[in-house]
Amino acid sequence: MARVKLVRIAHARSGDKGDTANVGLIALRPEFYPLLVQKVTAERVKEHFAGICLGAVQRFELPNLGALNFLLHESLDGGGTLSLKADAQGKTYGAALLRMEIDVPDDFLK
Amino acid sequence: MIRIANGQGFWGDSLEAPLEQMRRGPLDYLTLDYLAEVTMSILQKQRSRDPRAGYARDFVEMIGRGAVDIASSGIKIVANAGGVNPDACRDAAAKALNRPGTRIGVVAGDNILDRLEALTARGVELKSMDTGEPLASILPRVQSANVYFGGEAIAHALAQGAQIVITGRTTDTGLVLGPMIYEFGWKANEWDKLAAGTIAGHTVECGAQCTGGNCQVDWQDLPDMAGIGYPIVEAEPDGAFVITKHQGTGGRVTVESIKEQLLYEMGDPREYITPDCIADFTSIQLEQVGPDRVRFSGIRGKPATDMYKVSISYSAGFKAIGTLMYSWPDAYAKAQAADAILRERLHRLGLRFDAIRTEFGGVNACHGTLAGEPSPEIAEVVLRVGVRSTERAPVERFTKEIAPLALNGPPTVTGLGSGRPKVEEIVAYWPALIPKTEASPAISVEET
Repeated sequence: MARVKLVRIAHARSGDKGDTANVGLIALRPEFYPLLVQKVTAERVKEHFAGICLGAVQRFELPNLGALNFLLHESLDGGGTLSLKADAQGKTYGAALLRMEIDVPDDFLK
Repeated sequence: MIRIANGQGFWGDSLEAPLEQMRRGPLDYLTLDYLAEVTMSILQKQRSRDPRAGYARDFVEMIGRGAVDIASSGIKIVANAGGVNPDACRDAAAKALNRPGTRIGVVAGDNILDRLEALTARGVELKSMDTGEPLASILPRVQSANVYFGGEAIAHALAQGAQIVITGRTTDTGLVLGPMIYEFGWKANEWDKLAAGTIAGHTVECGAQCTGGNCQVDWQDLPDMAGIGYPIVEAEPDGAFVITKHQGTGGRVTVESIKEQLLYEMGDPREYITPDCIADFTSIQLEQVGPDRVRFSGIRGKPATDMYKVSISYSAGFKAIGTLMYSWPDAYAKAQAADAILRERLHRLGLRFDAIRTEFGGVNACHGTLAGEPSPEIAEVVLRVGVRSTERAPVERFTKEIAPLALNGPPTVTGLGSGRPKVEEIVAYWPALIPKTEASPAISVEET
């Protein structure tokens, strides 16, 4: 097994709805998608965003786009204009998720 | 096939984009999205000071600068520029256009601020979709309240011969869907087609964010980002469409750039709810059919709900954010020490806040502890401290405690910039639902 950061196999975009951030995680190649589904679970994402996401994490699958969508509840210090965060809209959370490392088979990226 | 362009992703977006869209090639429609969630409250404040204000002034300026193009091409323009005063926006736009005989439509009826008391009194609770609380708890602090109408109202205005349609708080997606409903004669129960138009609207509503803007894939190699092209929808009557941009513009339309935008501000992808329909984003089939051309097909939709969403804004206290910059050596340690000193002073002054938050720019402001520990040799760190309170006084006092650190705190500090931070009034957002029977669009089309 080898460990890779998600940034090598996926791209992402994030945004906000109130105090909830959404992170869309998209496989860079179709064959990477099943691995994202298997490894990047809601639990894993909740753990990854410890200290940032204070609420629940929901995950939705979009196999047609090779993508997962995560909702990170209670993640923006109240959200919108209430928030004191520099990133009050969670615009950089997509990149934060791409820091996650997952195990892949040794020959996976060859 | 009709060509529907977006020339504005939010109020504050490029002033040149709408003009470039019109001048670079044939289009049937130009759509412009000016309204974000908190924009309505800003406009409401402007209108309370001046009864002729309360709309997106950038739009009127654009109409003036583009008047010749609008008249010569016959392009139709759909914009939610009306804010809380669409009639005043129409009058100003007519004047800027200066072409007698032009038919301008207005979609209003969304502003329910004056009706809130009556509505809540007879049991329309307008509960917060976030917290479930009834509106009554904040009613005296409400500043604006607007129903989101959809594309159907815009289609009605177009059917009455409007060349320019100005709306209040319609959905961003409706700006694009409306022209399709009108041009293709889509029926109110053709859910798959309405969903397709809605998804086309979602794709282009943020302007160049689908043509390479903010795109993580190959961002270093995207051509001419200074001249980035804004998106164009080439729509077919059966609901299939292609997203593209004018030839010779910068940026890039790829499956990757499109996917990123599709997921932007997404909730449950199977249930994207608008006043017109519920769109299923898991049904979308994408195909790169040429350079800067991505085709959408297979889109499925479901019946609309019997509710409209309402965007309510209310006064929610005060906040202020101050920053100072610390340089090497020990930049991070100095910024941390300054933060501790500041907090101790606020404590000794007996100031109480609902929230106080410290971030260190260059260290953890974006990604928190995920970013890891910074190098001890880090070149500089920005200390950023914010406070929030329902009272103005402690926030005001806080703004006067940042500047002294420029002289009486840790060394190698700079970046006080323009002096004391400003106290901001917080206008917060209260999303709610209202039965469709309680509000309906008021459509008028008049000749200038």
